[in-house]
Amino acid sequence: MSLENTGLAHEEEHAGMTKAKIWRVFFILLGLTVVEFVIALGVPETAMPHLVRNSIYIILTLYKAYYIVAFFMHLKFEKYALKAGLMISLVLIVYFIVLMLIEGNYLHSHMTI
Amino acid sequence: MDTTAQLDEVKTTPWSGGRSPFSIEYGKLMMWIFLLSDAFTFSAFLIYYGAQRFSKTSWPDPDIVFQSIPGITDSGAPLVFVGVMTFILIMSSVTMVLAVEAGHRNKKKEVTWWMVGTIVGGLMFLGCQALEWTHLHHTGFWWGETPALDVLKGMGADGVSGLQFANLFFTITGFHGLHVTIGVILNIIVLIMTMTGVFERRGHYLMIEKIGLYWHFVDLVWVFVFTFFYLV
Repeated sequence: MSLENTGLAHEEEHAGMTKAKIWRVFFILLGLTVVEFVIALGVPETAMPHLVRNSIYIILTLYKAYYIVAFFMHLKFEKYALKAGLMISLVLIVYFIVLMLIEGNYLHSHMTI
Repeated sequence: MDTTAQLDEVKTTPWSGGRSPFSIEYGKLMMWIFLLSDAFTFSAFLIYYGAQRFSKTSWPDPDIVFQSIPGITDSGAPLVFVGVMTFILIMSSVTMVLAVEAGHRNKKKEVTWWMVGTIVGGLMFLGCQALEWTHLHHTGFWWGETPALDVLKGMGADGVSGLQFANLFFTITGFHGLHVTIGVILNIIVLIMTMTGVFERRGHYLMIEKIGLYWHFVDLVWVFVFTFFYLV
């Protein structure tokens, strides 16, 4: 129905994911997860402080999220308007994280148990 | 050249009208908007979890809480079972993209088999989650319930943080599990539609792409749940 208006049928083809690309992304995701496991199980607590460890986890998680959204969900190949619209909205989540961590920090300083 | 062609020449930027600036099919755009709203819901859950964990002086150690492999060992294998679950979900995400890719080539048979693989992956994940929940329930965790205080102490937690952990774990993994369940049902519906040739007659497999977006989003959420419940 709306296919004619968007010209999607043609555009989709040259920007699609090939099988080889799909498997490459899979192995990247798998590799990143394995790295997380190695850090969690193989690196002793004394060798790596908690803050560094958690920062690495979060960076690797965001990296995995990028691969899933960009390639599996195909967002990398969409129009700029869609990419920007979706990504800019997520700034609000970052704002919320900052707010709640400040709140958590305040509560922490008043915890008696 | 007629007037229409001239007008077309003037208006070339994505936002100058006459066509969609997103250049994406309506249903897919709507799926993206829904997923954005769902991302906010999951973020709210996870951020609240983060704030709670941040505010407590102790928290159950994931390496101690999650150290069993149901049916194999009761202890001593931290993260192994959840690693298997993560692998299953990533795998089923891959079979989903492969179904979408086969759909682009209008190969009904390939789409069917990749969708079957995706559904099997989804069901396996749900089965694993059921085992995980059962194990935690036997340990004494449930909504509003924790094991005895000395057991919690052994996990590095206390009564307050243990209770918060229990509530948040079951709520967040439960909400994610609900999404997986809905995803499996949607996958089964599009599998039946593929097999009965609905998409073949339609001439395109866009519905697989839309359900695929949802399925990848479920995988995406698991990546975050995995990090914040099991690793951090």
